[in-house]
Parts: sequence; structure tokens; C-alpha cells
Amino acid sequence: MPERIVTVNVYAKILAVLLILTATTCAVSYIDMGRMNLVVMVLIACAKASLVALIFMHLRYSRHLMSIVAVGALFWLGILVALTLGDYLTRGWQ
Amino acid sequence: MAETLIADQHAHDAAHAHQFDDVEQQRDAATMGMWVFLATEVLFFGGLFASYIIYRTLYPAAFAVASQTQDIVLGTTNTAVLIISSFAVAVAVYGAQTGRRRTTIWALALAIALGVVFLVIKFYEYYQKYVDHHVPGPSFEFPAPYTEPAKMYFTLYFLMTGLHAIHMIVGCGLLAVMIIMARRGDFTREYHSPIENSGLYWHFVDIIWIFLYPLFYLIGRHLE
Repeated sequence: MPERIVTVNVYAKILAVLLILTATTCAVSYIDMGRMNLVVMVLIACAKASLVALIFMHLRYSRHLMSIVAVGALFWLGILVALTLGDYLTRGWQ
Repeated sequence: MAETLIADQHAHDAAHAHQFDDVEQQRDAATMGMWVFLATEVLFFGGLFASYIIYRTLYPAAFAVASQTQDIVLGTTNTAVLIISSFAVAVAVYGAQTGRRRTTIWALALAIALGVVFLVIKFYEYYQKYVDHHVPGPSFEFPAPYTEPAKMYFTLYFLMTGLHAIHMIVGCGLLAVMIIMARRGDFTREYHSPIENSGLYWHFVDIIWIFLYPLFYLIGRHLE
């Protein structure tokens, strides 16, 4: 697959978005939204991570094979977390 | 005649190793190898993230109170520093792709400098934890009733940010080697897999921090 070269202009825009998201997550963390605080900050972190992976790490411009490996990593992480929590969260049933 | 042709092809394309059909296939193979390595890194950190999830689920109040002792200014600054360093590395890769050697070298130097700034701030924070008796061990102190679960919070804090810091140090070393290779003129528009892959490593370490920042600095702010 021919290499697609991303311009510095695009990187600079992504940098700006990432810094804005960082400021946002920091500011929002002081507002009491109960359980939603954790949800919002993890969602913002996921958005930031996706931007880094897609643009800075070129996933968007690479072969789909690279994305499959990346998603595979998250899938295995999901198994790790789900099965471990499945154990810990169900210990009090007796 | 055929032999001369093959010899010619190889002479023209020094970056192209014999076992690959073409330069693109070779580059894709190198990139995929790096992504597989990063997948193992995800699971390496994943065990610690799973531990964090379990203990934060079991002791949400203690984790919230413990996280309030973090210096929000230093944590946020470090997040910005790391994101800017990732941008610098992206520019360095762009420089290698387009044959701009000076751009590559200066961008890499900037990324390393920012990496060092991050580590200096991080170690200052560690020192502050030592002064505050927040290092798990015999001198650990934290108000009751959160003493024990807070110890778990700080254990995870040191393990996860420590492993991250080790990755930062390795990353700085990698980028330093890339500066040497770039100065030597090892990279061309066709061949720059080493710098691309070092960049992938650096961005991955950045992504880890993007998650560590809210989990350790922000989770208890709304309860202050």
C-alpha cells in the first residue's frame, strides 16, 4: 500500500484538538455529575487516544491489517478485564 | 541477461531487502510487526489497568480522596507536554517521509527535550509523595478510615506511572538513536521504518498517559 503522507497542518489541528480535550476533561472533572464524571473522563480519554492512534500513528492511512491488530489488542484487554471483574464482583453471593 | 537485470534492480533499490516483493510490502511488514509488539504492550499495561479497575470498584471513596492529594497543575502540565512531544514526533516522521532531514532532527530533539521535562516533573512529584509520606511502606501515612485502601491507590500509582516512566526513558533512548541515524542520512523517502516505528512506540506511551491522567488525577475532583 503506497504511503500516504499527512501534512504538518493536519497534525497541528489534531494537536489543538487534543489540548482542548485535555483542558475540557480537567475543567469538567470539578463539576459534580455523580457517576457520570468517570464516564465522561474515560470517554474523553478514549477520544484522545483514538485521535492519536488514527492520525499520529497513521492507522487511518495504513492497511486495515494494522487496525485489526490494534482492535485485537483491545479485544484481549476486554477479556482480561471482563473475566477478572466477573470473578471479583460475584464473590459476595453467598 | 536476466542476472544482470536482477543485479541492476538491487543496485537501484538499496533499501529493498530480498525477501520482500517491493518496498511497500517491506514497510507494511515492519509496521505490522510494531503493532503486534504494541498489542503485547497493551496487555503488559492491561494487567495493571485491570488491577486499578478492581480496587477502584472495591474502594471508590478512598481512591477519590487519595486522588485529591495529587497536584492537578503538574499532572495537567505533564499531559500537555506529552501531547506536544507526540506532535513533534509526528512532524519528525513527516520530515523523514519527505526527505527534510533538518526538520526530522530538530523535531526529534524537541520531542526528547519534552520527554525529559515530563520525567523531571514526574520525579519531582515522586519526591513530593516521599515528603508527604504517601509512598507505600513503613512510613506511609494517610488519614483513617482510608489508610489501607489509599495505600493500594498509591501502590498502583507508583507501579503504573513508574512503568510508564520507564517506557518514557526507553523512548527517549530510541529517539536519540533516530537522531544519530537521521544525521548519518540513513533515512530516505522510501526507507524510514525505524523512525516510523519509534514514533509508534512514543505515541503508544502517550496514549497510556492519556488514560493514567484522569484515573489518578481527576477521579475525585468533583467531591472536593
